[in-house]
Amino acid sequence: MNIIVCVKRVPETSEAEITIDKSGKDIHTEDLVFDINEWDNYAVEEAVRIREKEGGTITVVTLGSQESQDTLRRALAMGADGAIHLNDPSFLGGDPYATAQALQAALKGKLFDLLLTGVQAGDDGYAQTGPILAELLNIPHATMVTKVDIDGKKARIHRELEGGLEEVCEIELPALLTIQTGINEPRYVSIMGIRKAKQKEIREVLIKDLGLSPEQVSAAGSLTELKELFLPPTCKVAEIFKGSPDDVSIKVIDILKEKGGL
Amino acid sequence: MNFDLTNEQRDIKKAARDFAVGEFTDVAREYDLNETFPEEIIKKAKELGLVGLFIPEEYGGPGFGYLEQAMVLEEFWRVDPGIGQQLCTISFGVEELLLYGTEEQKKKFLPPIFEGNTIFGFAITEPDAGSDTAAASTTAVKDGNDYVINGSKVMISNGTKGTHMLVYCLTNPEEKSKTGRHSIILLETNRKGYEADRMEGKMGIRCSDTASIYFTDVRVPQENLIGKEGNGFIQLMNFFDRSRAYVAGHAVGLAQGALDMAIKHVKERKQFGQPLGAFQVTQFKIAEMATKVETARNMVYKAAWLLDQGRPDTKLTAMAKLYACHVAVEMVDESLQLHGGYGYFNDQDIERFYRAAKVLEIYEGTKEVEKIIIGREILGNLK
Ligand SMILES: Cc1cc2nc3c(=O)[nH]c(=O)nc-3n(C[C@H](O)[C@H](O)[C@H](O)COP(=O)(O)OP(=O)(O)OC[C@H]3O[C@@H](n4cnc5c(N)ncnc54)[C@H](O)[C@@H]3O)c2cc1C
Repeated sequence: MNIIVCVKRVPETSEAEITIDKSGKDIHTEDLVFDINEWDNYAVEEAVRIREKEGGTITVVTLGSQESQDTLRRALAMGADGAIHLNDPSFLGGDPYATAQALQAALKGKLFDLLLTGVQAGDDGYAQTGPILAELLNIPHATMVTKVDIDGKKARIHRELEGGLEEVCEIELPALLTIQTGINEPRYVSIMGIRKAKQKEIREVLIKDLGLSPEQVSAAGSLTELKELFLPPTCKVAEIFKGSPDDVSIKVIDILKEKGGL
Repeated sequence: MNFDLTNEQRDIKKAARDFAVGEFTDVAREYDLNETFPEEIIKKAKELGLVGLFIPEEYGGPGFGYLEQAMVLEEFWRVDPGIGQQLCTISFGVEELLLYGTEEQKKKFLPPIFEGNTIFGFAITEPDAGSDTAAASTTAVKDGNDYVINGSKVMISNGTKGTHMLVYCLTNPEEKSKTGRHSIILLETNRKGYEADRMEGKMGIRCSDTASIYFTDVRVPQENLIGKEGNGFIQLMNFFDRSRAYVAGHAVGLAQGALDMAIKHVKERKQFGQPLGAFQVTQFKIAEMATKVETARNMVYKAAWLLDQGRPDTKLTAMAKLYACHVAVEMVDESLQLHGGYGYFNDQDIERFYRAAKVLEIYEGTKEVEKIIIGREILGNLK
């Protein structure tokens, strides 16, 4: 079972204060801490678990700046065997289509059974790179995957649907799965893992190595264009419930039910 | 000159931080309140190689150095001093084995730290021998192939939970020189005559194990002597030259943790219509705090780095311990002050950090002892 996992280095924004930069199209990142995209962390863990059962190799791939090597090393320390870094400034700044195109060029011709990505990336949240990559590689894909069982040339997978529903499907391999958080409990990086990672190769790939032209990557190769980024305006509309705690809780539950929150 | 950490060092720091945030955050307060020993966390940390980083791979260890040990403990203490303390002491004293142990001793006693349930301790302090370690009076007397140990020790980390205790014993009381009378003997704590009483009621780092130990005719084979008989004092000083570097790392972590809390609080807390952090007096305070933490960190890293280069610097290590631990105590005071009354309640982490800090100026050489060392290194013996 040969597995490829696509990973991305993203800023941790859940507790950070976000401010828009001068270009109006990006955020200030100087004070932010970067780490592996949360979904990708689950995907790496899932790959390691599958390999523990099925044998084979794991290759992690990223398209990103020089610092993205931190993310690759992390995945190597968790157990991946090798890494590919699309490390060329001309790759940067593309939309999911441009990114998928570059990834496809890098993966084309590689023999693999499973290709994993996260459902989405915590920074731009498109949730498109995986499915587009599958289409470009001409392999089947499934999104929002919460369980994977390998069964020979097929995989039985669970997919998360709206409203707490789950769907079980079978998919022919090779296939691309976008992995949902919570599918497993990702391991911590161990010191022995870090030591081993040092011996593993991170292969760097430039745009010319892939036979792509500058028009096919970055902004030029994108199908969408980011026009403006803004923080959601703070809303002042708040409804205050009056009454006894019992009455208030019934009202709150009714509203939650009505809006699909329960 | 190069101040950059290597990729591996950055990855190790990050791994330690992820582990601490993931495992300590939810239990730290409760463990501290109830003096709960963090059994499960120790197991996990061992499996991940997050203890005893300076123990070489050939003895089952992670195979890094004192700098990595200091950085890992910094990240642990930044999240919770008590659990950080306990994880530090798992390998406490094994420096003696690494520096003076025979190949056989190292092969026998070190790997089970990682693969088994071995927990080390180093028993030096006695009721009448604190800073004055040369006054230790727990005796080890040769009898047949054994040493027979009698006496007592106090405030010993892992006294009750440890499986292996290095004991600083008086073996050569007739020796003229005060520094030639002691020896270090390793004993398994399940030997007959070893008794330990947990010392409850610590002010801080309360989940860590501290105990009084009583030795009554404890027999240990002479092959458990570590190093040379009568060389214990010298060996002890060389241990301190190493352990102080990473204990100073505790202080950097605790200080950074207190600073992190202060920064968060002054950004959020509003008084007189603005965040506390908008007052220039607060900005100055934060600026001073951050400067001190950074200074301490640089001293500690340098002292630890020199150790890893094979050039221990007694004076610099004592300075790093003195300064970093002083900064830690100052930082918790300043940070709690910025928290106002809320910081005085134990639902705020700063309350726990405040109680934890003081021990740093007491153990591994009180601040006065560090000054004695630094002064002597600079001025020599003028008497
Ligand atoms: C939580 C905790 C864990 C510990 N763990 C261990 C352990 O694992 N193993 C172990 O052996 N010990 C351990 N200790 C003990 C610790 O090392 C001692 O407390 C420390 O060495 C100080 O000794 P003392 O308490 O007897 O103080 P004393 O030596 O009595 O000192 C009291 C005061 O007098 C000052 N003083 C003493 N001599 C001089 C001098 N010559 N000049 C100027 N001032 C002086 C000291 O600096 C101090 O301020 C631990 C202590 C604590 C609190």
